[in-house]
Amino acid sequence: MSISRRGFLGAAGLSALALASKSTLDALGFEAAPQEPTSAAAGTRWAMVVDPRKCLDQGDCTKCIEACDYAHNVPHITNPAHEVKWIWKEPFEDAFPFLEVDYAPEAFREQPVMVLCNHCDNAPCVRVCPTQATWKRDDGIVMMDWHRCIGCRYCMAACPYGSRSFNWGDPRPAMASLNPDYPTRTKGVVEKCTFCEERLAVGQRPACVDACPARALVFGNLDDPEGEVRSLLRARFAVRRKAELGTGPAVYYLV
Amino acid sequence: MFMFEKAIVGSRRYWTWVCGLLVVIAVAFLAYLRQLQVGLAITGMSRDVTWGLYIAQFTFFVGVAASAVMVVLPYYLHDFKAFGRITILGEFLAIASVTMCALFILVDMGQPMRVLNVMLHPTLHSMMFWDMMSLGGYLLLNAVIALVTLGAERKRVAPPAWIRPVIIVSIPWAVSIHTVTAFLYNGLPGRSFWLTAILAPRFLASAFAAGPALLILLCLVIRKVTWFDAGREPIQKLAVIVTYAMLLNVFFVGLELFTALYSQIPEHVEHFQYLFLGLHGQATLAPWMWTSSVLGVVSLGLLLVPSMRRREPVLAVTCVMVFVSLWIDKGLGLIVGGFVPSPFGAVVRYVPTVPEVLIVLGIWAAGFLLVTLFYKITLSVRAEVAAS
Repeated sequence: MSISRRGFLGAAGLSALALASKSTLDALGFEAAPQEPTSAAAGTRWAMVVDPRKCLDQGDCTKCIEACDYAHNVPHITNPAHEVKWIWKEPFEDAFPFLEVDYAPEAFREQPVMVLCNHCDNAPCVRVCPTQATWKRDDGIVMMDWHRCIGCRYCMAACPYGSRSFNWGDPRPAMASLNPDYPTRTKGVVEKCTFCEERLAVGQRPACVDACPARALVFGNLDDPEGEVRSLLRARFAVRRKAELGTGPAVYYLV
Repeated sequence: MFMFEKAIVGSRRYWTWVCGLLVVIAVAFLAYLRQLQVGLAITGMSRDVTWGLYIAQFTFFVGVAASAVMVVLPYYLHDFKAFGRITILGEFLAIASVTMCALFILVDMGQPMRVLNVMLHPTLHSMMFWDMMSLGGYLLLNAVIALVTLGAERKRVAPPAWIRPVIIVSIPWAVSIHTVTAFLYNGLPGRSFWLTAILAPRFLASAFAAGPALLILLCLVIRKVTWFDAGREPIQKLAVIVTYAMLLNVFFVGLELFTALYSQIPEHVEHFQYLFLGLHGQATLAPWMWTSSVLGVVSLGLLLVPSMRRREPVLAVTCVMVFVSLWIDKGLGLIVGGFVPSPFGAVVRYVPTVPEVLIVLGIWAAGFLLVTLFYKITLSVRAEVAAS
């Protein structure tokens, strides 16, 4: 984590250059995170494909949410105004407001889809953060430093996906079970999904992906043409949330 | 300290006022200690409306600060002598306003003790970094200018020649602070309400109306409670400035409304719909926004009629209307309206809590206190000069 961070800070004065500077970083010898579906030729760009239909078949399943919440000590706050969420369900029509689906079957419109941080190529949150407490790694992950964050919430205003949560109070009393292997947060900082960078670092898949009984969440390297993500995107039509904003989200939804 | 001794000698009325302000500040400080302990959960903000009254007040007072340029520019660039007696009042008002802005930002931080991270890790692609730089610079410029010119006045000499270029720099700098503040909101891809190129000009127009309106009111109060009379001419000239600025402001708001309502693009219309009519049955801000609109139009009408504008009691009421109208528009609607509806289309109610309002009032009191002390020092110096 710290290596990628230095790589980012050293190579990119402007976050917009982060993607373009991928080759520079490689040339400088910075290591990318361990790749699951290894491809020597291309770099690594982590991405996720969500299959809402498979998800829907599971009914009220919340296994991915539970796995994530436990893995990352996400508090369970009852007041909806102060909720902290890394991965959660939203009705399809709210997650995709620009796709006018008025005449689609009601079940489809209100079908819940899993939403999380999109780990954008051109992340507005990274652009606005005044302290680089959130930054883009060369493997595509938008990271957070909870020790540097000043809690100004500019990233939350900038995120067009509502993917970021602020700790309005101390989150620790709201944690039912504590995972001792992952830090808890303090009040006054912003947090969000990190694509389980701590698991990727030891060659594991994200917790939500492993927890899904229906394989509705597929995670892999977007830069690997033979990888599972690209095969799925070749085989089926997929949409991304608000891609027209130029953010380059890395979470795809199969329709 | 610089002429500070003049601020600690005063009448009973002066001390009552100062002590009253100190009490408000003390209460606000207690509320803030509570916020430090519990977190921003004690405010009315939420995961959908992530900025509220604090940031909205910040935005409004950046405007009041920038408006000092409306007395500085005519006096120093056009040698408009009538403003000679009130220029320094404008500059001190700017200093007090920028200080309030800094306090509003500080109380909005989740981790205020880390706020200097902004300087420790300068981030050129963040507008917040530039805002901090431009506001800090503006504070410094005005502090130097006010102290040097008042010091010269006290010694009955002309201000040193080197201060003139500093004053000239402060003019575009004033425009920059409000432009950069507009840029804070301007370039966010998901927030259609702020994604409009007219935002910075609109900010400036409303600032140049609200700021001088406040300055007129301050001049009238000073005339009532002290020996100092700013004179009829500068007040009337300020009234003309308020008139033009208010006219531009109403015009710019009209442009916003036309673009949104004629294009009928839902994500542009919805924010105005929420503010003025309510959305999904939620209309918390509608009474405020209509009050603001009515006050804005009526005050503009009064300003445009010379016989009304020239009557000082009418002008005073008009200035209160201008100030309140723009305070609601910018210090309330503009920020909250940008967050509703949320990225998921949710209409989330935002109502500031009691501690939140207390903290805001405390910062207002701190601003009033600074203005009182600065004006007291200025008038004491002038009384001294006049007596000798």
